[in-house]
Amino acid sequence: MPRYFTDEHEWIDVEGDSATVGITDYAQEQLGDIVFVELPQVGAMLDKGGDAAVVESVKAASDVYSPISGEVTEANGALEDDPALVNSSPEEEGWFFRMTIGDAGELDGLMDDKGYKAFVDNL
Amino acid sequence: MSDDSTTQSAGEQGSEGDASPERLALNDWHRAHGARMVPFAGYEMPIQYEGIVAEHDWTRESASLFDVSHMGQLGVSGPDDDMDAAAKALEALLPGAIGSLKPGRMRYSFLLDEDGGIIDDLMVTNAGERFGLVVNGACKWDDIAHLREHLPDEITLTHYDENALLALQGPKAAEVLGALVPEAADLNFMSAMYHDWDGVPLWIARAGYTGEDGYEIAVPSEHAEKLAEALVADNRVKPAGLGARDSLRLEAGLPLHGHDISTETDPVSADLTFALSKKRRETGGYAGHKAIAARLAEAEGNTLARKRVGLLLDGRMPAREGAEVFVGTARVGRVTSGGFSPTLGRPIAMAYVEPAHAAIGTALECEVRGRRLPATVSSMPFVPHRYYRGK
Repeated sequence: MPRYFTDEHEWIDVEGDSATVGITDYAQEQLGDIVFVELPQVGAMLDKGGDAAVVESVKAASDVYSPISGEVTEANGALEDDPALVNSSPEEEGWFFRMTIGDAGELDGLMDDKGYKAFVDNL
Repeated sequence: MSDDSTTQSAGEQGSEGDASPERLALNDWHRAHGARMVPFAGYEMPIQYEGIVAEHDWTRESASLFDVSHMGQLGVSGPDDDMDAAAKALEALLPGAIGSLKPGRMRYSFLLDEDGGIIDDLMVTNAGERFGLVVNGACKWDDIAHLREHLPDEITLTHYDENALLALQGPKAAEVLGALVPEAADLNFMSAMYHDWDGVPLWIARAGYTGEDGYEIAVPSEHAEKLAEALVADNRVKPAGLGARDSLRLEAGLPLHGHDISTETDPVSADLTFALSKKRRETGGYAGHKAIAARLAEAEGNTLARKRVGLLLDGRMPAREGAEVFVGTARVGRVTSGGFSPTLGRPIAMAYVEPAHAAIGTALECEVRGRRLPATVSSMPFVPHRYYRGK
């Protein structure tokens, strides 16, 4: 299943007409200890690049943007009890939400893992 | 992903815009110890090493070493080291009783403007031949300008910018420093001493900004690394950054200048009247006294416009600086700093609220991104202070 990355450090896994979104290991490393994640409501319509979630670390609140447009179908309830999952398993168990793929063409502008790695190495 | 504009990261406070930040004497040492450096108060400062929560917890259970060399270390002396003249000059600017401060004793005070606004908060120490002032890094250049403008010509102001300042904080700080400097273990809270450490002059003050027992140690920059190495060689000590310093001081209920106190607030509204010496409330003779007297009368009659309080929030979502405080539909205040308390496992905040809603136990709400978070007015400190006041 292909995984894409944004230059705002979100990842998106695409499986058929549905996608899973989270933040990258690099992002969680930058944020530090995560104490709360505000997730979007199921049914919320997200725009590509628009606000999707908020991550609260000890130090700051940070916005998480939607990599593509679509409708939220599920939010990761595990993060309510254990937001530190985003630190310990950012690209697996610490996923944020699932969504429909409104326009598959929007995936074209995103990076693949090689592209993202090169992007991060240059930061 | 990006930082909100409403965030309150210690690493972003007071950064100096375009001016490229200065390097600390321990810059390479911090990097070698894995620090993430950020611009703050005109310096590249370590915000964290292994992680803010780990460093925070370690400070509460053992001891941490903080580099706070960005802070301004100043000396105020009179002609021929006339301490009375220096005290008199300082008392014209600070609301504390400086003249009655005995050698080796220190006091928390403020630089006030004519309206009673807080230009800065500071520590003043009777260092024998002069008074030592430690002021906030982000304010030090303004403080120096203010002091130069208002101190009489015969008073000498010295900026000890060749000194580093290291803070050793935590319940094991006294055992650790006591192994290097035995007399330091017996020093009382808010006292200071000079020590010649193998030829390195140290000014050791039993004080800090974490609520824990500990020290702030002034050391010539060229010897800062030797001192830092000697302290972390003890496995009870780890380096900690500005991030943990901010969460620790918030739990300790200690205000941060530029956020919880400023020229827009005064010591009475900020609930810091303990630092307004009783005698000088009556005798006055300091900048801002008139305004302070008026605020004190208002506090007496419970008619202050607003008052600094602590807030304990329900849930896990923090209310940060700028969040508005409500009772029902009425806006009654504003959060000036807030975050997640690692020790309590819940969010805490400081806010200014109308006195009618400032009583301990009052139920309030903080608005964050359109959501109302239940909050209760709490006494401060949120986590008890553990200062050493003698056996």
